[in-house]
Amino acid sequence: MCLGVPARVIRVEGNVATVNIGSVEYESSTLLLNDVAVGDYVLLHAGFAIEKIDPEEAAETMRLFNEISNLEEE
Amino acid sequence: MNHGNGGIYMNQLISELFLHFFKNETIQEQTDSAILNVPAGHLAFTTDSFVIDPLFFPGGNIGSLSVCGTLNDLAVSGAKPVYLSAGFIIEEGFEFMKLERIVKSMALEARKAGVRIVTGDTKVVNSGKCDKLFINTSGIGMMEEKHLLIGSGCKVRPGDKIIINGPPGEHGMAVMQARKLFTFKTCLKSDCANLYPMISKMLKHSGLVHFMRDATRGGVAAVLNELARKCNIGIEIDETLIPVNEEVKVMCEILGFDPLYIANEGKLIAVVGEADAENVIGVMKQTKTGRETAIIGEITGSHSGRAVLKTKSGGKRIIDDLMGDQLPRIC
Amino acid sequence: MIPEGMRYIDEFRDSALVSNISRKIGLISEKQINLMEVCGGHTMAIHKNGLTDFLPETIHLLSGPGCPVCVSSQQCIDHAILLGRIPGVILATYGDLIRVPGSQTSLEKEKARYADIRIVYSVLDALEIARLNRNHRVVFIGIGFETTAPSSAAAILQAGKDRINNFFLLSSHKIMPPALETLAAGDTQIDGFIAPGHVSAITGYGIYNKLSEVYHRGVVISGFEPADILQSVFMLVKQIESGHFQVENEYTRIVKPEGNSRALAIMNEVFVPADAEWRGLGIVPLSGLAIKEKYAAFDASKRFTVKVPDSLPPAGCICGEILTGKSKPTDCNLFSATCNPLNPVGACMVSAEGACSVFYKFMK
Repeated sequence: MCLGVPARVIRVEGNVATVNIGSVEYESSTLLLNDVAVGDYVLLHAGFAIEKIDPEEAAETMRLFNEISNLEEE
Repeated sequence: MNHGNGGIYMNQLISELFLHFFKNETIQEQTDSAILNVPAGHLAFTTDSFVIDPLFFPGGNIGSLSVCGTLNDLAVSGAKPVYLSAGFIIEEGFEFMKLERIVKSMALEARKAGVRIVTGDTKVVNSGKCDKLFINTSGIGMMEEKHLLIGSGCKVRPGDKIIINGPPGEHGMAVMQARKLFTFKTCLKSDCANLYPMISKMLKHSGLVHFMRDATRGGVAAVLNELARKCNIGIEIDETLIPVNEEVKVMCEILGFDPLYIANEGKLIAVVGEADAENVIGVMKQTKTGRETAIIGEITGSHSGRAVLKTKSGGKRIIDDLMGDQLPRIC
Repeated sequence: MIPEGMRYIDEFRDSALVSNISRKIGLISEKQINLMEVCGGHTMAIHKNGLTDFLPETIHLLSGPGCPVCVSSQQCIDHAILLGRIPGVILATYGDLIRVPGSQTSLEKEKARYADIRIVYSVLDALEIARLNRNHRVVFIGIGFETTAPSSAAAILQAGKDRINNFFLLSSHKIMPPALETLAAGDTQIDGFIAPGHVSAITGYGIYNKLSEVYHRGVVISGFEPADILQSVFMLVKQIESGHFQVENEYTRIVKPEGNSRALAIMNEVFVPADAEWRGLGIVPLSGLAIKEKYAAFDASKRFTVKVPDSLPPAGCICGEILTGKSKPTDCNLFSATCNPLNPVGACMVSAEGACSVFYKFMK
């Protein structure tokens, strides 16, 4: 039940955002999220888009994961 | 449908459907037993019952499943399937058109496989006494001496390679899709298929096929665990080498399932001596059911009795038996 | 259509990345510490990916009471079962709950015998069942923390809007902070918390402030992929080694400091905190979510009159100690021989994400 998956929004109609997870399509509810637009990545959880995924933060997280050189210098 | 009890309606059912579609001299005789001519040697004999729900699913139906399932049980044992029987338990009121579709599928699969359905039985039961339709098929196959031990696993040795003929999980997830429990849109199809053409090429080209089993209920995990326990050997699988069906992977992520535990109807696990593994893979890849064949691991001398998975992230875990079905009535 | 793979998942599972982060942890970890992961999703991810292989001997992971199935009380299941036996009632539930034992039976066994019980992926599927079956009453069993509570709330609001008066919620929703503070105040040695990423996506950071400010524990909000979890461990070790405790966020691509205000508003519109029973922990004050009087028309606990028996914990079951990190699954006399995934006795074995179930499957 903690299972949330990233999904890409391909269509928005009223409170329904059609999303793709890989090539699987699902009609998710946007009742819990403001301003969902086509092209956004959202976290799909139990039928609802509950948050948007921030691509810049994702890239920054990757950079932090790989940060090791300054540790080895210490 | 009043075809239950030996009267004119039953005869109609038999003649219109079964005799019509399972056309061969033996079944036309309609004797109490089929009299078969078999050469001297070893016979393989298997039986299976099919209670799948729903009856129709993407990639097949209970009919095609009942034929392919039994053909595969013979083929993975190293036998050449020759004859089948088919028994039907039909719930009163079941639509004739649906039954016809199912029987047609069975006839088609049998014909494609060069196998004859030579005997059968039909019973119609009162409404509520069975869920629409149950089918039992039994099969006879001919075995060569050199293949007798393939099913047992006792020829398996450390260093042998473990092979699968394609991505696991397609049948189970297609059936789940057909049950309409969830509203995800996928192109998932059951992998239901006759594996004998691929297997006969494998056995023709290599004398080092040490073990085979089809990964039906309980999936790949069940086969690996049974093999590890029964033959007291260790198994190591590399997650990065397992072929992936993208939609199966996605649905498993969403629902929390593991593809290794999901039922298949067109996938086998083969264990082949290291020297011949690449050769066998080459042969398998040239067949319809083996295009995505891959080596996924090997038999080891360590952690005997256990199957271990090295995950994508590099960590290891034990592949345990699934306790209880992830999805009921899957085959 | 060419599949694009699972973006924002696959890259966070890369083995080189995981090795790298593991090395970082090894470079700075000196003290012997206990870290508690408080989410069934984390328990599962750690063991499914064999992540304990990547941690040094100095770090010990404890599994906490963040598995909503595990902490659903026996009474909750009994209540649902009694509702399911009422003629004309359809029960809808997340699949996770289907094998949880009540005092006598389970939803799975009831389904086989009498009741119309349907597994759904989303509460909205249950609402749809109600919409299509107006002559039945549909009861959805609402379990989960702040991640799923807004979904249940949204469903009630939608039911009101569409006048689907045959839809009801049996709320067993709970919230995290009271249980976390009980743990921090208790006698289990917990040096830091790996906080649940998806709960935090809804609530934001604030719910954890007391843990660092008052109880002086490290808190890192973590995603669910292997790289996320190990990076969170790294961040916690840094805090603990330096003695500088705070609430940090590893899962920045999803979790914002203020959380999801719209989801929170919807949750708070429908629910009010109430005392709740946690299996294995007993009553934790103001840790549950009850439906407000305003929405009583959709409250299954008010609209149906059933007498739910008092329940006693099964003899020998130490789930309470396991859920609070005081004991390991192997410390329990019932583990494996008596209590196993096929015949679960206690909550920790029942759920696929429960500490005992995970331990049984992946560590045996």
